Amino acid sequence: MAVQKLPIAKAINESLRKAMETDPKVLIMGEDVGKLGGVFRVTDGLFKDFGEDRVIDTPLAESGIVGTAIGLALRGYRPVVEIQFDGFVFPAYDQIVTQLAKMHARALGKIKLPVVVRIPYGGGIGAVEHHSESPEALFAHVAGLKVVSPSNASDAYWMMQQAIQSDDPIIFFEPKRRYWDKGEVDTDAIPGALHKARTVRDGSDLTLVAYGPMVKVCLEAAAAAQEEGKSIEVVDLRSMSPIDFDAVQASVERTRRLVVVHEAPVFYGAGAEIAARITERCFYHLEAPVLRVGGYHAPYPPARLEEEYLPGLDRVLDAVDRSLAY
Amino acid sequence: MTVESTAARKPRRSSKRTAGAGAKKTAAEPELVQLLTPEGERVEHPDYDVDLSAEELRGLYRDMVLTRRFDAEATALQRQGELGLWASLLGQEAAQIGSGRALRDDDYVFPTYREHGVAWCRGVDPTNLLGMFRGVNHGGWDPNSNNFHLYTIVIGSQTLHATGYAMGVAKDGADSAVVAYFGDGASSQGDVAEAFTFSAVYNAPVVFFCQNNQWAISEPTEKQMRVPLYQRAQGFGFPGVRVDGNDVLACLAVTKAALARARRGEGPTLVEAFTYRMGAHTTSDDPTKYRADEEREAWEAKDPILRLRAYLENAGHADAAFFEELETESETLGKRVREAVRAMPDPEPMAIFDHIYADGHALVDEERAQFAAYQASFSDGEGN
Ligand SMILES: Cc1ncc(C[n+]2csc(CCOP(=O)(O)OP(=O)(O)O)c2C)c(N)n1
Repeated sequence: MAVQKLPIAKAINESLRKAMETDPKVLIMGEDVGKLGGVFRVTDGLFKDFGEDRVIDTPLAESGIVGTAIGLALRGYRPVVEIQFDGFVFPAYDQIVTQLAKMHARALGKIKLPVVVRIPYGGGIGAVEHHSESPEALFAHVAGLKVVSPSNASDAYWMMQQAIQSDDPIIFFEPKRRYWDKGEVDTDAIPGALHKARTVRDGSDLTLVAYGPMVKVCLEAAAAAQEEGKSIEVVDLRSMSPIDFDAVQASVERTRRLVVVHEAPVFYGAGAEIAARITERCFYHLEAPVLRVGGYHAPYPPARLEEEYLPGLDRVLDAVDRSLAY
Repeated sequence: MTVESTAARKPRRSSKRTAGAGAKKTAAEPELVQLLTPEGERVEHPDYDVDLSAEELRGLYRDMVLTRRFDAEATALQRQGELGLWASLLGQEAAQIGSGRALRDDDYVFPTYREHGVAWCRGVDPTNLLGMFRGVNHGGWDPNSNNFHLYTIVIGSQTLHATGYAMGVAKDGADSAVVAYFGDGASSQGDVAEAFTFSAVYNAPVVFFCQNNQWAISEPTEKQMRVPLYQRAQGFGFPGVRVDGNDVLACLAVTKAALARARRGEGPTLVEAFTYRMGAHTTSDDPTKYRADEEREAWEAKDPILRLRAYLENAGHADAAFFEELETESETLGKRVREAVRAMPDPEPMAIFDHIYADGHALVDEERAQFAAYQASFSDGEGN
């Protein structure tokens, strides 16, 4: 039974289960992760099977969750902590940035911090304030952290395995609006490297780069563009730190055009980093400036406006047209 | 430049000042656990005691004198430009040596940035503590070789690391304990409250050792709390105790008891060591701007070293030869520290890129290569 069709949330659940079975040092920690199985049920059933010693319902204190996970990691455990929603990671931001990210270096490599911080992130679920944000750039900017986000069930399964096995702290952004999207997961497969990008659709006229929740939007945009006779390539970045610039460069050298799409605000975001690097690497290949599609420099809006705020098919296609018009 | 040693100074017997005198009151001044008065008299306490041989008592004295000497040397080295900054422990020797000597080897310590005396007790070479103040590293020792974690600058953060570590100790079924050091100012940080919550909820074998040295840079304790700190523990569901932080015997006894409680699986304890930072907050600080000389003078009368010396002499536990030998040892330590600091090499520039990630990172590799090429471009130009 190697290949199963699973929603992303269940794929992560299976992955956590496998990690806990394989390594007794793996712990799950967070608010409501025990009996309830997390507010998205990602840890469903783990409490029942592994007990409260390994699936730890914590006090409602994000700094405490990450800070104690650091202590547990120093003692030889491999904590996987859940932050309930993106907007609630900030009380833990201090511990993540000043402690988790830096301790390995401060100890000149003598200690390791194998902590995974899981964050359901992004919008599109009609939620209230602080439940729809995309703060990945704030973490990718910090040396010592690695930042990843799967876009499909297979990656969700395998990237979680790899994140838990990594000796570095990993911020694992889970695209919450895709939790229920199903995909095939081959639990016997040999996965690609955690920080490699993947071309998920071939094309020759333009490259769309996205990660997490926006990969699906980009695939839909590419399919729509196909009907208009445009051949669009889609690259799923998978990792925001490090970024697999070689893969993006290879694609852009062929298509000569690049549009980067993410939900996070465009200003100072991942798109800015990719645009700068790719311009430097591919200056003579580019037929158009690298364009970006993403959130505005505005607080994430109330749910009734989020369709306007989030990059959708039309905004992506509009950017494609603008690029091709050069 | 020589460093004045207090080892040879005589205690001020004439002082009538007792514990609490000169310090600003925080609500009603509670009783301190005390086994040695400021005059060096051994007193009884109903709940706490230590039974030490003359040799052990001399050992505590030696620890305090050498720690103070090391600290004074570091302060002098900062004045000479050898260190960028120094955070002196002057006045807090008893709190640190008393608690530090209560520990077992398998216990784990999470210090803040002033625990030079605890580091001494853990066997961390004092010269290792100077690297971060000289600016050659951010730590400089392997936390696991002495079970002494790196200094933590962001105040209060380490109390959570200690709690998590202690949760791990409990999971392992070990009977070690963990001590988290922090200051009275740090006690206002949310992390400390979260550490109290987590440790209570999970019954973690951790001792919170707060050195209430009365000041957080220029802010007095009244800016941090309205009830005596140790009483806060009760609200979290574990015991808190205030100990005379200038009494090494009481600090030893109280910490031992808290550690024993942790080992028995009875959970955390908050120890508030009521003490005084006699010097500046750090070498960058100017305490004359915010505190009166009389306050320091009142606390000098309670000097932890002088008080133990008085006791050793009065009880006949140490003779002149001991103090002379210690003076020599103290000089030797000072010299060793001085020489070690001056010999401390600057790190290689490429060290900027070392140990950022355990498993590597493509961007770091790329930037390291760029940096190396840039550096090499200079030596090529000079034909080196
Ligand atoms: C989060 C944080 N805020 C501010 C500082 C700057 N700072 C360094 S030490 C200090 C005072 C700390 O006082 P206390 O906790 O009483 O410890 P003490 O230095 O007196 O031993 C401050 C404000 C810091 N290091 N960390």
